[in-house]
Parts: sequence; C-alpha cells; structure tokens
Amino acid sequence: MRLTVQYYALYRERTGVRYDVFDLKEDSLVSDMLTAVRTRYPHLAPATVNILVAVNEEYADKHQPLSSGDSIALIPPVSGGS
Amino acid sequence: MILLTQEPLEARYLTSKVTRDRNGAIITFLGNTRRLNGNKEVLFLEYEAYEPMALRELEKIKRAAIDKWGDVDIAIAHRFGRLEIEDTSLVVAVGSKHRREGFEVCSFIVDRIKETVPIWKKEVFADGSIWVGCQSHNPH
Repeated sequence: MRLTVQYYALYRERTGVRYDVFDLKEDSLVSDMLTAVRTRYPHLAPATVNILVAVNEEYADKHQPLSSGDSIALIPPVSGGS
Repeated sequence: MILLTQEPLEARYLTSKVTRDRNGAIITFLGNTRRLNGNKEVLFLEYEAYEPMALRELEKIKRAAIDKWGDVDIAIAHRFGRLEIEDTSLVVAVGSKHRREGFEVCSFIVDRIKETVPIWKKEVFADGSIWVGCQSHNPH
C-alpha cells in the first residue's frame, strides 16, 4: 500500500521535506511505517524516543493497522500555548 | 469559537464571543512571547501548526471542559507563523456564571493545549534555535 507521511517542526527540519511517500506491504501497522521512516531517516530521533503518530488527524498507537490513502503525520513533542 | 491564524490576535473580539447574559464572570487569558528563556535572549519565535488536527484537538478540549463544568462559553484562538517578543500567541476566553469555575476552566484549557494540540514553538537566538520541548530528541 502507498502512504503519504507528513513531517512537522523538528521532524520537517530533520528530514528536509514536508512529506514523502512510502510503499509498504498490505496489513502494515503504524509500527511498520515507523520502521520504514526511521530506516530512511536514521537521524530523525534517537532509538529511545517513542515517536507519536497521527492517522487521519487522530493520535494512533503503534498497533493500529493502516490503510492505503491514510493521512499520516509524525508529531514531535508539542509546545503550543505561550 | 476556535481559531488558528497567522494574524495578530484580538483578545477583545474573543471576549465578546463569550459575553452573554447568563455569564457573571468573563476570564480572558493571553499567552505572550517572552524575551528570556533562562538567561538567553530570544530574538523572535516561530510557531508551526498541523492545522486540521490542531483545530480538532482544540475542539475536543473545549468539549471536555463543557462536559466537566456544564454551562460555560469558550473561545480559543492560537496564532502561528513568526511572532515577535511581546506578541500574543494564545487567547482563551471563558464566560461562566461565577468566577471560580471560569478560572478553573481557563486553567484547564491552557494546560491541555500544551499537552495535546499539534502546535510547535521554535525559539530563535542570536546563535541558533531550538524547538521547545524536543530536548529528548537531541543525540546523547
């Protein structure tokens, strides 16, 4: 399946792109997508960091199954407010 | 009312949105950008938002407050893009029957925004910049 992954803030700077596309096997989970992203961008985050993911604009856990066309975003630690 | 914008925030406008005849207390919180982080001088800030999700998360926070406190009116506006020192990045306006729940609701909303809403703040210094809250991502 083909997925578009968006990067924001720190992740956008570390990847150098706002988004890119991954081809994953059918029935992939959020964790499979993260493995693919970390393989492509080894300097994205230390291995000890748990990268937060949103699927279709909702926070998702790493066991959540993905579908082709899902809108995925990696969410660095947030710091809104003031 | 929930708003994300790159334009300067109008606290008075947000306040008017929660002014109703049932509300005896109107609390308006402004979050402003500070010059100093520790003893380091911040030149300016850049806020970035994942807009559609940020709007959804702000809406959830508003709903959670109404579920918990009942009849309160809430307006939230967050600015993004480049902000100068002393600019207002966040306005939360709460209208409630009495002041006590108004202060509680306002505090609840501001705390939640810092936890779940996908908005990021970058502080720019003379000698570099940092994404606030992302220290865990620095190489050890």
